[in-house]
Order: sequence, then C-alpha cells, then structure tokens
Amino acid sequence: MPAMDEQAKARHLCWRAGFDGVAAMATPGQPVRLKPLIRKMLQPSPEIAAITAPEIAALSLPGTARAKPASPEEKRALRKQQQQGIRHLNLAWLDTMVATSSPLQEKMSLFWHGHFACRVGNAVHNGRLLNVIRQHALGDFGTLLTAVSKSAAMLQFLNNQQNRKQHPNENFAREVMELFTMGRGNYTEDDVKEGARAFTGWAYDGDGNFRFRRSVHDNGVKTFLGKTGNFDGDDILKMLLEQRATAYHITDKLYRYFVNETPDEAKIKDLAGRFYQSNYDIRALMRHIFESDWFYDPVNTGNRIKSPVELLVGMRRSIPVTFARADTQLLVQRLLGQVLFYPPNVAGWPGGRSWIDSSTLMFRMRLPQIVYYDETLDMQPKDMPDEMMMDGPGRPPAQRRRYAENDRFVRNYARRIDADPHWDAYMKKFQQTPSGELPAAVSRVLLAGTPPAGSSALLKPYASAGREEAIKAMSVAVMSLPEYQLC
Amino acid sequence: MLIINRRRFLQLGSLASVSTMMPKFLKAFERNALPPENKVLVVVQLSGGNDGLNTVIPYRNDIYYKLRPALGIRRESALGLDDELGLHPALKGLKALYDDGALGVLNSVGYPNPDRSHFRSMDIWQTASDSKDIITTGWIGRYLDAQCNGCAHPTQALEMDDTLSLALKGTRLRGLTVPDPNRLYASAHDRMFGAMAAQHRDGAGDGHGNVDYLYKTMTETMSSAAYIYKESKIYKSKAPYPDTAFGKGMKTIAEMILSGIDTRVYYISLGSFDTHVNQHPQQQRLFTQLGDTLQVFTSELKKNNRFNDVAVMTFSEFGRRVGQNASGGTDHGTANCMFLVSGGLKKKGVLNEVPDLHDLDEGDLRYKVDFKNVYATLMRKWLDADDRNILGGRHSYLDFI
Repeated sequence: MPAMDEQAKARHLCWRAGFDGVAAMATPGQPVRLKPLIRKMLQPSPEIAAITAPEIAALSLPGTARAKPASPEEKRALRKQQQQGIRHLNLAWLDTMVATSSPLQEKMSLFWHGHFACRVGNAVHNGRLLNVIRQHALGDFGTLLTAVSKSAAMLQFLNNQQNRKQHPNENFAREVMELFTMGRGNYTEDDVKEGARAFTGWAYDGDGNFRFRRSVHDNGVKTFLGKTGNFDGDDILKMLLEQRATAYHITDKLYRYFVNETPDEAKIKDLAGRFYQSNYDIRALMRHIFESDWFYDPVNTGNRIKSPVELLVGMRRSIPVTFARADTQLLVQRLLGQVLFYPPNVAGWPGGRSWIDSSTLMFRMRLPQIVYYDETLDMQPKDMPDEMMMDGPGRPPAQRRRYAENDRFVRNYARRIDADPHWDAYMKKFQQTPSGELPAAVSRVLLAGTPPAGSSALLKPYASAGREEAIKAMSVAVMSLPEYQLC
Repeated sequence: MLIINRRRFLQLGSLASVSTMMPKFLKAFERNALPPENKVLVVVQLSGGNDGLNTVIPYRNDIYYKLRPALGIRRESALGLDDELGLHPALKGLKALYDDGALGVLNSVGYPNPDRSHFRSMDIWQTASDSKDIITTGWIGRYLDAQCNGCAHPTQALEMDDTLSLALKGTRLRGLTVPDPNRLYASAHDRMFGAMAAQHRDGAGDGHGNVDYLYKTMTETMSSAAYIYKESKIYKSKAPYPDTAFGKGMKTIAEMILSGIDTRVYYISLGSFDTHVNQHPQQQRLFTQLGDTLQVFTSELKKNNRFNDVAVMTFSEFGRRVGQNASGGTDHGTANCMFLVSGGLKKKGVLNEVPDLHDLDEGDLRYKVDFKNVYATLMRKWLDADDRNILGGRHSYLDFI
C-alpha cells in the first residue's frame, strides 16, 4: 500500500482524534497541513463548559438530596426525576460532542467515561463525575484518578460507603488497582485487603461532596506493595502512580483505543516510559502518538470499529440533523449496545468486534436510511429492568405496555423517527466538484480510509439524478457501507 | 428532475448488481438439515428476576406463609406436585407436563457470592462467570466458537429478538437474531446490501482485518437469513399458540425445528418479572403465557415425534427475597428454581430437595446447585459438546438427562 499523502494523514488524524473528517477537508487554494492540524487538535480548550440537565438544578437544591421521600409515590417521582436527569445528561453530552470545536477533548472524555466505568442512578452524581472527567481528560492522569476516586458516583458504585474499619469492603480498592491503574497480575490479594483498609472512611455526604470519615477509618499500620506505614487512600493512589505498571496499563489501553486494537508491545513500552517520565501528562502522550510516523502506517488506519456513540456523533457532525424526539438517539444507543452512563459492567464497553453482530451490523447499515431517508425503525431494544429507561424510547408508554406482547402492537410501534436533515452546509463542500468526481469526493468526506474498490460503480447510478439529489443519495449510500463503520 | 426517495434510492443502489454481480451465496443452498436424532436446546430467559418461591411453592412450610402473609399462595390454589411442593395456579401447562413425565424441577439454583443487581447477575448467568470475574463472551457464544468450525451457515444458535444477548456472543462467532424469518429476510435482503457484498467480493480483501470481518458478518447474515427464510417454510404450524410475542417466538422455533433447520440452540426471553409492586397479577399473566405456550409447543413436537430430541430450560437472573415487601411485591433475592422440559428426561419431577427456609442468608435462600452444573450437563450430555472448554473448568453433571 502506498504511503499516505498529507491529505489522507489529516483525515486519519481527524477521525481518530475526533468523530469525523470534515476538519481535514482542503478548500481551494488552502491545502491541509498536518502539523498545524495536530497543534490545533491538542490546543487546550479555553473553557470547558459543564454539561448539565434541567433536573440537576432541582435535585441539587440544598437539602434536597438529604430529604427522604415520604411516600412510595414521592419515591417513584424522585426516581423518575433522576432517570430523566441522566437521559438529559446523555443527550446534552451528545450535543456537545457534535457541536464542539475541540473534538479530542470529548473523544478523550468518552475514552475515560469507559475506563472509569460507573453506573449509578443519581443524576447529580453522574453529572459531577462526567464534568470531572471532561475537566481533566487531557490533563494530568494522577489528578484525574484522584478526582474520579473521590467522586460520589464512584464511591457509591464501588461500595466504598460500606468500607469501614470493622467491616472492610474490598470492591473499591480492587477495582482501583485492577481497572483504573496497574491491571491484573501486578499485586496480591493481600495488597487488595491492605489497600481496602487504607480507603476506609472515604465517603460522600448528602450533597455528594467527598468526606473523610475519620471514625470509620482504619488507623492501623498497613503493608501495601512491599511498603509499610499508616497509609490512607491518598497514599495508596500515590503509590499506585509510582508503579510503572500503571503507566503501562493506561498507555496500553489508550493505544488500543486510538491506534490499533492489536497492541504493539515495543511501541507501548516506549510510550509508557515517556508517560511515566512526564508525570502522567496525557496531552503530551497524545501529542507524541499523533506526531509519530507509525500512527499513519496503513496498518493503523481505517481499521478501527467505531463505537455506537462515535458513529452517531460522526453522522451528525458530517450531515447535521434535528430529531423530532431527541430520545430517538437513546433508542439508537440501546439497539447498538452503548448507552452513555450505562456501561455493561465495571470494566466498561469491551469495544472492537464486540460491537458487531448480525443485528447491530444490519441496523448500523440501515441507520443512514432511517435518519436521512425516513425509513421506519421497527426494532425494539431489550428491557433494562429497574433501571433508568423504564419508560424510555422504543418502549410503549407505561399504560399501554401490557399490550406490548401483542405482536400487532409492536408492529404498530414501528415508526418513522422524523429526523430533519440540514443539507445546506454539507452541499457547499461540493460546490467546486465536477459531477464526474462526485463519488470520489463524497467518499473522501465521509470515509476515513480509502473507498472500497467497487464503490464508484455502486454510486454511479445516482449520478442520473439532479446534482443535489445525487449528492444526497451518494452520501447516504456511502454511509451505509460497511467501511463507514470504520475509522 | 428526478427526486430520490427511499424507494428510488434502493432501486438505484441495486442497479450495479442486478445482472451479473449477484453474489453466489444468495443463489444456491445446500440442504444442510440435521439428522432427526440431533438434540435441540431451547433456553427461555425469564427476565427481571422471577419469584421462584411463588413459582414452585413450598406449601407445607410455615415460614413461607409467615414471611408472605399476603403474597403466599395457599395450598388449595397451588397445583400440587408432591407433599411438599406445588406449582403456581397459572402454570397449568407445566402441571400437565409434570403429569406426563416431561417436567423436571430444580430447586435452589444459583452461584456463590450472589449479586442482586439485574444487569450484573444477568451477565453472570449469561457468561457463566464467577461472581467476581468479568467475561465478555456468553456460554452459548463459546459453544458456537467450539462447535461451529466451518459451519455452512452460522445458524447453530438463534435468538428470537431484535437484539442479541451477551449469552450468544462468542469470541469468533455470534448467534443470529431472528425477530421472525420474514422480517429478518426483509432487513438483510436489501438489494443494495447485495450489491455492496458483490463489489467487495470483486475487490477482494485488502488485508484490513476489520473490513473483511464486517463484510463476512454481512454476507453470512444475508445467507443465513435466506436459508432460514426458505427452509422454515417447509413446516407451517397450525397449532393454537397464544397471540403474544413469546407465543409467536415459540411457534417460529417449532416451525424451524420441524422444518429441519440446523439450529442447535434457540434463545428466547419473557418478561418482565421484576415484581417489586403488585406481584400477583403480573406473575399470573406471564405464567399463563409461559405454561400455555409450552403446552402447545410440546404437544406439537410430540405429534411430530421430536419431543424426545428437544429440551427447554428456563432460568432467571435471580430469585426474590423470601419475605414479601410493603408494596405487594418482592425485592431482589438470590437462588431460584429452574424448569427442564423434554420428552427425553431421564429423571423427572422434583429433582432435588425443597428450598431450605430455615437456613437463610440475611433473608435470602442459599444456593444448593451451581447453575454452571446445569449448563455443563446440557452441553455434555445433550449437545455433546466439550463443556470444560466452553465453561472453563470442571463442573459436576446432573442426572436429569
């Protein structure tokens, strides 16, 4: 395979560091240069506006969190409010990913959102954790780790509220070591036990603020990773960061996410060494990756399966669309297996080929027609019992749910999603493109890698339509290709 | 000027392929039916955590009635199995199977360190992992990985749903979702997708693993969809299945089995059994569906002499607490009962001891049988598969088959 030209490299960078390739488009007389583009991608955002939901303001009023709901009805109403808050957080974050001019900022946050997987029913806690992650996504890993570990969401999810001197609960310590820092095989069960003792007393109060509860903290001497002392939680995190295994584990995960799901040990080792030396500077690590020649090797390009959220955000960034019901986007997430704030377990979304099965692939390929050509969406996601989305999208309203087993009803529920695409800005990209070159140009805008060999034959029949119609049809066809699932 | 709507879009999109490039796989199929003695497993997932103690009722037990003053089912309403246990009154279909010697009841099935979260416990059951371990493949998916090397169609495991459960996801292979054969065929047989598959075949693999993987998944889905669509028409059921999604799904399974499709494992869900509030009507309704459907299903198999080759297994992610709650329901618990239905059971009826309500673990049943032993038994003795490889370790076999 020939080496990539500057334009192709820029496309690869934009897709991997963000969600689409639009920023890599050359305009006449203004060729795209890679170096400045890397610099721009890595530029710190002047301000990272917090993501919030209307319910969060109401739920955060002083004393609200502490007030115990009196009746079952109040309890239900409160839970509904929390669920609604998380759904709105989900949609608000999607909108930010679509609108942002710092896509790497959000892409990194999405990575950490999976790395620090957390699933709790409290909208306020979820919102705070998300914003902590976004704040430090490209900053210092140690700061990020500490902030996440002290968040109410994570303390709740990993049961550290129940970790007391008299009854240690090891869950938090175990996951911090296994998933957040060193990874398996670098510590003993005794280290987990001793670590758990050090984390006793790490808790949060009724307003979701971190509290160190001295009365339940184990003040005794602990032996952790070969050192002995009267350690507390901060000491444990510090010692974990001193371990080179932590730098390796994080770098390995970043490499698999941003470069190639097949790890290259030598490269990861080199990167991990730099990461460790830099005191865990995430931005510097990402800069080094993007500036490396090997990042643009053919083996590292056009071969990564987009996650459902990346797919959806990428579509919206390329061809903007307004959904009559924003909840439609939650339905898409559920059908494709990635609902923000609902990772499958503590290890997050496994990614890669696990996104793909017969159902998800066919749905991914039909999605552009559903969104841009108003095809019906006739699929039902599985139930999420006892969880946020009880009356969520794709489910019949509660009062009619008892009929849902009836197949006829399910079919009637098949529906058009009433999306309103905005083609104008997209069309302008092709103003200068001669008609004969439209298939290639459309492919370049929408695909990260090289278009498939037979794609021009596939797109050619659309050329007989008027120019705008042809561009639309070609674009939807390209988005329906299996290649569009990759970046 | 030509306006392109969705219909026109698809017409034009398939033009490239219509004459010459129609992929071969859509044309001819070798008939690959299983010989009739091959065993089939149908897994019925009762989603949401079914209350096992109101499913198989320990009606001689005072503690049961003491802890469930309002929710306990009276002895005279229950469908008696023996001196100790009776079935929920709505499970008439299962009672008939019991009388017929085609029902096995396993009590107190679970796993060590039980998790009471729906999604976590469901993952444990679907992946057959230990409570502490996270596994990203399912037990039936790993069965596919082990059994289906070079299968003609990856149709060995099917789920009757729009989306695929973790249970059916293997490392290399994944089960296929079949909402129903017609819809599967319609969505997979988009002519434009056929054209895409053809252009990829003509362009051949470019060495990028995941591109080829996607095209392979796509063509296999199309070919399997066509295979199922065509072959499932051989047998059309006229039996009176309940007009519900579950009833329809089981009807389709019967049609596929009796048409000789090469599927070994079918997966279907019924729910939601998450009865925190107002449990009685909910369980009544779902059990009526379950019992009635299984009765129609089994008598149809029997009529066609296949009931000895088909086993149905039910499970739920957990049972519920022994004591009722304040809302006429029950909260998340631990160990639970499982049903095994087949004409080929070696042991039938109540297969082990009654749940022990004296020795509770903070108000929850202690498990007596690890569910992985049930899986191992079905894998080894029913599907003739290497359960140790699939389940990762040794498990003891039970003797119901």
